[in-house]
Amino acid sequence: MHELSIVASVVESVTESLEAYPNTRVVEVRLRVGALASVVVDSLEFCWGLATEGTPLEGSRLVVKTLPVVMHCTSCAADVELEGVQSFRCPRCDEPCSDLRQGRELDIESFEIEDEAEMEKAGAEKIEGQA
Amino acid sequence: MTRIVELRQGILKKNDELARGLRARYAAGGVLVLNLVSSPGTGKTAFLERTLRELKARGSRVAALVGDLETDNDARRLAASGAPVRQINTHGICHLDAEMIDRHLAGWEGVELGGLDYLFIENVGNLVCPSSYDLGEGIRVALLSVTEGEDKPLKYPTLFNSADAAVITKMDIAEPCRFDRDLALRNINEIRPGIRIFETSSKTGAGMEGWLAYLTEERSKKG
Repeated sequence: MHELSIVASVVESVTESLEAYPNTRVVEVRLRVGALASVVVDSLEFCWGLATEGTPLEGSRLVVKTLPVVMHCTSCAADVELEGVQSFRCPRCDEPCSDLRQGRELDIESFEIEDEAEMEKAGAEKIEGQA
Repeated sequence: MTRIVELRQGILKKNDELARGLRARYAAGGVLVLNLVSSPGTGKTAFLERTLRELKARGSRVAALVGDLETDNDARRLAASGAPVRQINTHGICHLDAEMIDRHLAGWEGVELGGLDYLFIENVGNLVCPSSYDLGEGIRVALLSVTEGEDKPLKYPTLFNSADAAVITKMDIAEPCRFDRDLALRNINEIRPGIRIFETSSKTGAGMEGWLAYLTEERSKKG
């Protein structure tokens, strides 16, 4: 339900970071979303086109990597990955686990940029013309 | 030629930063802040009315912020307890965020964090979105009523897993609702093993003693 505001925050953050990379355009934005982050990946993708329209991110792809829940099991003294979010028990020993180590992530991992091809080309022609 | 720019930052970074600031302010003021989350109709307001009244009767200094999409009905209901109450209208937004809390704490006439023992935040009725937004609270409380079905925790694991305490409301009508208490407790424990669970009735006051004792205990830990 709040996916549009999540996506709007992503666009805002990437746009801010983009100031350090003038004359580039964004090709792809990569997110990491935990299984307990309470966002629907399909909805994020659905909102992407709309939220990026008229921004430096327009036309870019959104790639979402989902992360499973990882709990620390005290009995096994190990981090264990849960298969779903319906039971917070260690899949090895069946003991309840309350120490969450992964699963609530809602992060921008990275974004991919390319130099604006038009500019590159125009620049190259100018240099040629001068030579 | 493409390049990868590593960002590695939380999408809700701004909210999280604001929430950290709020948490520090609550700590400095010595106030225990609770964020109450449930579906619409669970009885958050009735539970909070009773909690405010009983805490006030014991001499505690309490206040409440209450979130709803529209209307100030809940604030007016809660204000009858005599505690300072401020309504937050989100106008369509399905959750409270740290910025809204920050804004409503500012300029709240007669209320200083340092002058409170407990501040309750009644979130917008929703079991999904509020779980993503840290309000800087010390305790997140998930509420569930006997009319909702014992499998609510399994259906909304994100919220129940992030809660510090669970409250079952409307216990006075558990029997006519054929509420399966054991199943509900088992489901809550399946999603959040070891969580403190309070079985209450805002109408009869059943279970309130245990809940109030828990609040006092948690408050003394902060102090």
